[in-house]
Amino acid sequence: MTQERRERFTSLSGLPIARVHSPDDLKAWDPKSDLGQPGEFPYTRGVHPTMYRGRLWTMRQFAGFGTAEDTNRRFTYLLQHGQTGLSVAFDMPTLMGLDSDDPRARGEVGYCGVAVSSLEDMARLFDGIPLEQVTTSMTINGPAAVIFAMYLAVAERRGIPFERLGGTLQNDILKEYIAQKEWLFPPEPHLRLIVDTISHCAKHVPKWHPVSISGYHIREAGSTAVQELAFTLYDGLSYVEAAVKAGLDVDAFAPQLSFFFNVHNDFFEEIAKYRAARRLWAREMERRHHPKDPRSLQLRCHAQTAGCSLTAQQPMNNVVRTTLQALAAVLGGTQSLHTNSMDETLALPTEEAVKLALRTQQIIAHESEVTNTVDPLGGSYYVESLTNRLEEGAREYFRKLDEMGGMVRAIEQGYPQREILEASQRYQREVEQKERIIVGVNECLEPDEQRIPILKIGPEVEKAQVDRLASLRSRRDPFKMAGTLEVLQEAAAGDENLMPYLLEAVKAEATLGEICAALKEVFGTYKEPVVL
Amino acid sequence: MTVVTKPLRVLIGKVGLDGHDRGVKLVARALRDAGVEVIYSGLHQTPEQIVNTAIQEDVNAIGLSVLSGAHNYLFPRVLELLKEQGAGEIVVFGGGIIPDEDMPKLKAVGVRALFRSGTATDEVVKFVKELRP
Repeated sequence: MTQERRERFTSLSGLPIARVHSPDDLKAWDPKSDLGQPGEFPYTRGVHPTMYRGRLWTMRQFAGFGTAEDTNRRFTYLLQHGQTGLSVAFDMPTLMGLDSDDPRARGEVGYCGVAVSSLEDMARLFDGIPLEQVTTSMTINGPAAVIFAMYLAVAERRGIPFERLGGTLQNDILKEYIAQKEWLFPPEPHLRLIVDTISHCAKHVPKWHPVSISGYHIREAGSTAVQELAFTLYDGLSYVEAAVKAGLDVDAFAPQLSFFFNVHNDFFEEIAKYRAARRLWAREMERRHHPKDPRSLQLRCHAQTAGCSLTAQQPMNNVVRTTLQALAAVLGGTQSLHTNSMDETLALPTEEAVKLALRTQQIIAHESEVTNTVDPLGGSYYVESLTNRLEEGAREYFRKLDEMGGMVRAIEQGYPQREILEASQRYQREVEQKERIIVGVNECLEPDEQRIPILKIGPEVEKAQVDRLASLRSRRDPFKMAGTLEVLQEAAAGDENLMPYLLEAVKAEATLGEICAALKEVFGTYKEPVVL
Repeated sequence: MTVVTKPLRVLIGKVGLDGHDRGVKLVARALRDAGVEVIYSGLHQTPEQIVNTAIQEDVNAIGLSVLSGAHNYLFPRVLELLKEQGAGEIVVFGGGIIPDEDMPKLKAVGVRALFRSGTATDEVVKFVKELRP
């Protein structure tokens, strides 16, 4: 019988898939140059020779809600249950560089992350947590340099030398313009701040990853896997170019760049995406910048299961989705992983739901035995051919972006935004026409939906933050604070590195909102081209 | 006698600080394709800005997208401002990350319909088309 269920089989991103893959798919493929050995150029099989035989990935659950104390308790809970790294989610006002008492923050304080408006908030957030022993990832972009200054100031106050601090700042503004849409200034001053943080870390905080170049949000906005790969790596190349242009040696900072990818439903396509990402990065960095340090060619990444794949319907099914996605990230060779909790399409996760998500990773790590060998799918006709096609697809986008004059120009023309919107509409149509089945959404429906408990955040968080800020503003030395903002503005108008000025301002207890407002006066604001 | 009916006008808005615009754009496109006149607010709008635009553009309805958890403040605030401005006849509906248990409260203050994630765009189009007086 040769009848098949569908006329065409395509990957989630729309790549046509053959009935069976064979050596014919890999005629031009050379295992020596296209696959190589783990830990060696072009790193298709992984950045380390031993991968998970040497060390498991970091289990890093993104967390943050309410006040700094609420999140501090969640961090402590996660560390007690075997989590190995911290990851901070900030609330919307903080992400937009606004204080909790700003009128635009009304109703949003502490809801989708923790509120951090001041050095005091940052100190409370990490109270009792040994900053020199854990690594901390901070998902913050527009005001990243200010938040980083607060973290450094907390470490300084505790007498921890900067050389011992490890962690990651997301600090990826290009994907904000492309997908997540949270920026403070126009692209140029934002790029300058990013170069300032890169350069500051290279000199003073050598173990820190100053930028986490993120495809996660691009995918969540509806892109395909190819678009996620292409736009993310091109963003990365743009930061390298900006830093080199500012006079930094590529090997002084490139080893500390890291990446952050989504891991979606198409199991093999996702595995291929991680492999293609490493190979493409190594090849493009080699071609464009000729680094001497091999670490400058190695793409290290964090992965998060796809939030947009979770369903509000029959939420317990999300545990299964997340398990498959997490397994794909591991087979793809990620360095670090966040598994979403089943309730995250409804609200921030409860403690129980987060624990189950963490346990999912632990079961993969310790029980499935998939960690016994490096790149177990290397050499599969199907996976290698997908890896090739993803790399080729991304290269096509690279050519277009080069022709447009780089990512900033492309963003100003709405190009990546439009490509993503088209892909997201295509996907939506496929789901609505049942060409793609989502269990519990367009098939396998249940009349009585499961209900699961969800986390509640009350308005008392906002009140507590507003009161604290009022007392901070009356307690601090206003002249000293204003003086630091004045010199910050002068420096911003010139071309000095702004990190030392930001450190002085946060230590004088200028708030996040005050610092960002001062910078806006110098840098201006940005209005996006509307793509609809 | 021929009756000329004005096309329906809807303001599709992102209110509050979250920048998630995937869903809102799909809804805006679906409504536009269905012949509805769609005005898209752009991102990061305050309730005041939304209400002012709605009145200036003389819309029949406002569809709001909120994925930040701030729906319990933002929806009632928009409805309150509409009433204050004498534009209480404008229908307000919305979608985003809105837990089931928050829906009755929002409907009680006047939100006509709330669509959660996973809703087919046809369903939103059908709702809007039925608004015609």
